Amino acid sequence: MEGLSMGGYGAYVWTCFILAALVFVICEWRARLRQRRVYRDIEVRIKALGDTQ
Amino acid sequence: MWKFIHKLASPPHFYSLAARMVPWFVVPGLLLVAYGVYAGLFIAPADYQQGDAFRIIYIHVPSAYLSMMTYMIMAVSAAIGLIWRIKLAHAVAAGAAPLGAWFTFLALVTGSIWGKPMWGTWWEWGDPRLTSELILLFLYFGYMALRGAIDDTVKADKASAVLAMVGAVNVPIIHFSVEWWSSLHQGPTLVKKGGPAMDVAMLYPLLAMILGFTFLFAALLLRRVRAEVLFRERRTRWVKELVLSGGT
Amino acid sequence: MKPRQQRMLAVGLVAAGVAIATTLSLQAMKDNMMFFVSVTEVAEGKYPDNRNFRVGGLVRDGSVQREEGSLEMTFKVTDLRCDLDVSYTGVLPDLFREGQGVVAHGRLEDSGVFVADEILAKHDENYMAPEVADSMADHVTDQTAGLSEGPLECPSQ
Repeated sequence: MEGLSMGGYGAYVWTCFILAALVFVICEWRARLRQRRVYRDIEVRIKALGDTQ
Repeated sequence: MWKFIHKLASPPHFYSLAARMVPWFVVPGLLLVAYGVYAGLFIAPADYQQGDAFRIIYIHVPSAYLSMMTYMIMAVSAAIGLIWRIKLAHAVAAGAAPLGAWFTFLALVTGSIWGKPMWGTWWEWGDPRLTSELILLFLYFGYMALRGAIDDTVKADKASAVLAMVGAVNVPIIHFSVEWWSSLHQGPTLVKKGGPAMDVAMLYPLLAMILGFTFLFAALLLRRVRAEVLFRERRTRWVKELVLSGGT
Repeated sequence: MKPRQQRMLAVGLVAAGVAIATTLSLQAMKDNMMFFVSVTEVAEGKYPDNRNFRVGGLVRDGSVQREEGSLEMTFKVTDLRCDLDVSYTGVLPDLFREGQGVVAHGRLEDSGVFVADEILAKHDENYMAPEVADSMADHVTDQTAGLSEGPLECPSQ
């Protein structure tokens, strides 16, 4: 546990590392979400077109 | 040469190539960051002045570097898109913006968390380095808001490209702010005469983090641009065939 | 001229125009962009007269004096040309020590004492292990040699 407290600066240091991990996770999640949404919209539109024809 | 570039920039080709390239960036990126985090936290010695608080550098510097690098990618892509009318270039610019905003946010927040114990303040209004980096965040917001406000993709591309190019003047200002004016922020450690002013045991993890962040960023950018291309090409035949065949 | 070359020229002109306009306006606002003034500038009277401002420099060796039983303290800030007496009451950043770079925010009294309401610490761009710093300090003393001596060549008003 002594290593984790980092001479009293542990809270600052760990917060930064966790924040960085969060930013990467959010960016990855947002990118996948956008891809899925665009793909699904196209699917829905193609189906709608197919039904009317 | 031109043939090659045109083939690369053709949306269906890019779309499938990007998907295959993502793992080639994710794997080395994760390896580099894993080494960087471990060595940065547990192997690198504490700093003679700042003690263990200096370890925030392993997040702060890579994200600050990416925040500026991403803006340059955005501005150059926008200019290429304007001059050569390459749609993929505009898609790259549009895909880069949210990533750039996130890394700018990370640079600002980690800088603030670093500033509190070391400098004695979370934030100082009027400091040139802090202010110019905050302006960078607002430039990304402005770029995204402008894109969002214009429905027509071609018009949105043009208007936002001008904003991206004009805002690029802020990037050198951020870099040189600590040399041109007095600032609470110290001068550059890595890019200076006589080489980096850092112990090698501290330096290698930092370089690994910068490179690792760049690789992971490249993977994220590929994903973002891919979704952007799919959206822009939603009415084309190749997208219809792709979706009908159940491809991803 | 082909349309593509026209667009290239337009993009180039916009970029050059923005760069020139920014350079000129930054030059015009140079003084306002400074986060702090140096001690020598204070001695020369080059500081905002009627409002609080920031002054930056190094804490002179052996100048820190604390009032017992309170947070009140005085010290000298120097840029190795001029000295400035600073008084301050409050919490100090962890990095504050003699020889360290500081930025003080406050006002200059008629007595010549700078009454600070905020002290920030400034560190340099060098990172090294404590052992390395110690061994370097044995060899390199030139840089901070002036820190324990008096003012060198302060321009009088």
